[in-house]
Amino acid sequence: MDFFGIPPQALFGQLLLGLINGAFYAMLSLGLAVIFGMLNIINFTHGAQYMMGAFAAYFLLQYGGLGYWWSLLLAPVIVGATGVVIERLMLRHLYKLDHLYGLLLTFGLALIIQGLFQNEFGSSGLPYRIPQELTGGQNLGFMFLPNYRAWVVVVSLAVCLATWFLIERTKLGSYLRAATENPALVQAFGINVPRMITLTYGFGVGLAAFAGVLAAPIYQVSPLMGSNLIIIVFAVVVIGGMGSIMGAIVTGFGLGIIEGLTKVFYPEASSTVIFVIMAIVLLIKPAGLFGRVQ
Amino acid sequence: MPETMLKVAGLHAFYGESHILHGVDLEVRAGEVVTLIGRNGAGKTTTLKSVVGMIADRRGSVAYGGEELIRLPSHRIARLGLAFCPEERGIFASLDVEENLMLPPALADGGMGLDDIFRLFPNLKERLRSQGTKLSGGEQQMLAIARILRTGARFLLLDEPTEGLAPVIIEQIGACIGELKAKGFTILLVEQNFRFAAEVADRFYVMEHGRIVDEIAIADLDQRRTDIEAYLGV
Ligand SMILES: Nc1ncnc2c1ncn2[C@@H]1O[C@H](COP(=O)(O)OP(=O)(O)OP(=O)(O)O)[C@@H](O)[C@H]1O
Ligand SMILES: [Mg+2]
Repeated sequence: MDFFGIPPQALFGQLLLGLINGAFYAMLSLGLAVIFGMLNIINFTHGAQYMMGAFAAYFLLQYGGLGYWWSLLLAPVIVGATGVVIERLMLRHLYKLDHLYGLLLTFGLALIIQGLFQNEFGSSGLPYRIPQELTGGQNLGFMFLPNYRAWVVVVSLAVCLATWFLIERTKLGSYLRAATENPALVQAFGINVPRMITLTYGFGVGLAAFAGVLAAPIYQVSPLMGSNLIIIVFAVVVIGGMGSIMGAIVTGFGLGIIEGLTKVFYPEASSTVIFVIMAIVLLIKPAGLFGRVQ
Repeated sequence: MPETMLKVAGLHAFYGESHILHGVDLEVRAGEVVTLIGRNGAGKTTTLKSVVGMIADRRGSVAYGGEELIRLPSHRIARLGLAFCPEERGIFASLDVEENLMLPPALADGGMGLDDIFRLFPNLKERLRSQGTKLSGGEQQMLAIARILRTGARFLLLDEPTEGLAPVIIEQIGACIGELKAKGFTILLVEQNFRFAAEVADRFYVMEHGRIVDEIAIADLDQRRTDIEAYLGV
């Protein structure tokens, strides 16, 4: 059995890789969408914060003896807390200004954070082992499915959907959506909007760190792991449209899969296909596939 | 005479460089309905927004129940029991009608229950699942008032609740305000619709160029009619 002369192992193998990449695109672009919605800031530090999540897992293991499962819980909290500090000290002064200022500040921060880590750890990766419980894999007949990769896809999908549920279907989410539209009025109803904004940034950053911990056993822990990824994630965000939660999730997974399929059918284009799609979407629907025109 | 609930003294407000309010003085006593009238751009909305803390740059004094509000952030002001209904209604498009209605948190005990709200505004009950901004203008105004009645706030600031509405709906809103007054709510109202205001208000303040220039009791309304027409330019 094969598809257009492609052996199924290769096809499904690339599909799985695409799905894994898509999981990271989705988690990161989701965090960017949440942050942009509330703060009106395009968080260029996101890739560095993803990298910090992976490093937090590495440090927790090296110096605290805390393994993967603890890291999955603690790294987002720790890195999220650094996000809270950044928001309180710096970002909150920029909300009234043009997007450009937030972008420049967070871009500068990303360079500083990356530079510091690179100084300390060089550019090569540090290994991080797959947790004992998730080693090995399943032979599905048509392909071999490593347990850890299956876990990454499942847990990231779960986290994305939980975030979507939180924002679109709960009371807290209704505060967030309302404050995205008209923060002054929501605050005048008695809700502490400035604190909500701070926590939203912390949450978005925590989500990036969570993705970083998930990535550590797959991609290794390295100072540049975020900067490579974030360029693609920004293209994903442009394609999906800024500010749409479900749009970020669907576009993230979808583009991961498209990228994987391109590797099978036309490998030469696999590293550019997302940018080609971005260009086309920008021409046809500048607000993005799921974006609302402002 | 009932105690003073709200006392505004020497209130100045600024939007960036533009100086909008130039020392506003006014007072609202417990249980009163006081109406602010004046031409477009006189500063009526800015006055209400300054009271509830939505104007960042405001100076002077705004005291509510003896507490100074001028330095408080707006969410702290709301929690003292003041609720604001904006001129543009402020219905959220990303929330359905029910979410819009339930959005403002309870500020005090004794908020109106949903049964009472649906008795006042039966239209809302049938539209709970609709997107907030899909309601008609009149329904959006009802929703904007209904959601602050739920909160238990005893002091309401309503900015032109009848603007752009059909006579039947204006009547419905008038009945609602009458009922609130009977229940002892205190209301600071901004209105251009003078006939409407005359039916519900105890007192009027006239605003011009960011200052209060006159005060008219409802009892003197008839003999002051020509002055009022001059103020409003009708
Ligand atoms: N956001 C703003 N930025 C700058 N100037 C503003 C802003 N909002 C209002 N103004 C100005 O402040 C002045 C007072 O406006 P305000 O909205 O308080 O008037 P108003 O009495 O409520 O008028 P209307 O009857 O038209 O609602 C106007 O000159 C207006 O142009
Ligand atoms: Mg106004």
